[in-house]
Amino acid sequence: MKHDLILRVAAKLLIPFILLFALYVQFHGDFGPGGGFQAGVIIAAAVIFYALIYGVEAARKAMPDRLVETMLASGVLIYAGVGLMGLVMGGNYLDYFVLDRDPVLGQHRGIFWVEVGVAVTVSGVMLKVFYMFVSRGRDPE
Amino acid sequence: MAIAVVVLARSRNLFAVVVLMGIYSFLMATVLVALDAVDVAMTEASVGAGISTVLLLGALHLCKSEEAKPLRKPWLPLAVSASIVGMLVFGALGLPAFSDPTAPMHTHVVPRYLNDAMRETGVPNVVTAVLASYRGYDTLGETTVVFTAGIGVIALLRRRRNTKQETAK
Repeated sequence: MKHDLILRVAAKLLIPFILLFALYVQFHGDFGPGGGFQAGVIIAAAVIFYALIYGVEAARKAMPDRLVETMLASGVLIYAGVGLMGLVMGGNYLDYFVLDRDPVLGQHRGIFWVEVGVAVTVSGVMLKVFYMFVSRGRDPE
Repeated sequence: MAIAVVVLARSRNLFAVVVLMGIYSFLMATVLVALDAVDVAMTEASVGAGISTVLLLGALHLCKSEEAKPLRKPWLPLAVSASIVGMLVFGALGLPAFSDPTAPMHTHVVPRYLNDAMRETGVPNVVTAVLASYRGYDTLGETTVVFTAGIGVIALLRRRRNTKQETAK
């Protein structure tokens, strides 16, 4: 599909909007449907779409393996770190009420960072699995 | 959906099966929207129809795309699944009616979530509030599960590739 002009132009037009939609789903998850998991999947889908149209090497250049592997682990660490922040600020583990002077704002902050952690891990895992499958397929050829 | 499932079970061409599974996922997402579960519908559409279709096609690329004929007639698995279906239907008959407000599920913690979530967390989407705040530990566990699954795939596929390189040397 590397030489298909229509697909390449359409992909170039669509991918920014897919990523924007992912960010909307991520940060608007408090008010509408969506959240970290869905946003992570949409981000991964955008990169996979890019890889399908422009080739895996181009995608690897945009999202290197090392970055994807780091994302995979750091999402869980962000989540667990929010829990530890609760401990440091004098509450229980994963207690968001203490994260800000106003407990409701603290809840907001806690939920926000937790969702960020989920999104980072999910998109990292999806991309990594995709990369692994693709590189397996290419080796024997 | 019933048509999609029947064709799924009958078809021997795995490529058609993967595409049909994508269609099934989209239909399932429509059903979930009709049930007002928009968050779940979104997940079903993006994961079930999007990512898993791509991953299955990638896996299909690694092996033959035609399913082999079974050696024996699968009577025992058929009997097992039929009896499980029977048990599940029997169990489902004992459930309270759909959206019955007096069902035990709706009288335990749901009133607190629905009435106090806005005041306690300031988040209008109750699904997000429950997921990230009231059930924070569960979601941490789920994230860890996703992480572990990714690590498992890396461990499986990468080791195979290294041994192949070693034998080539």
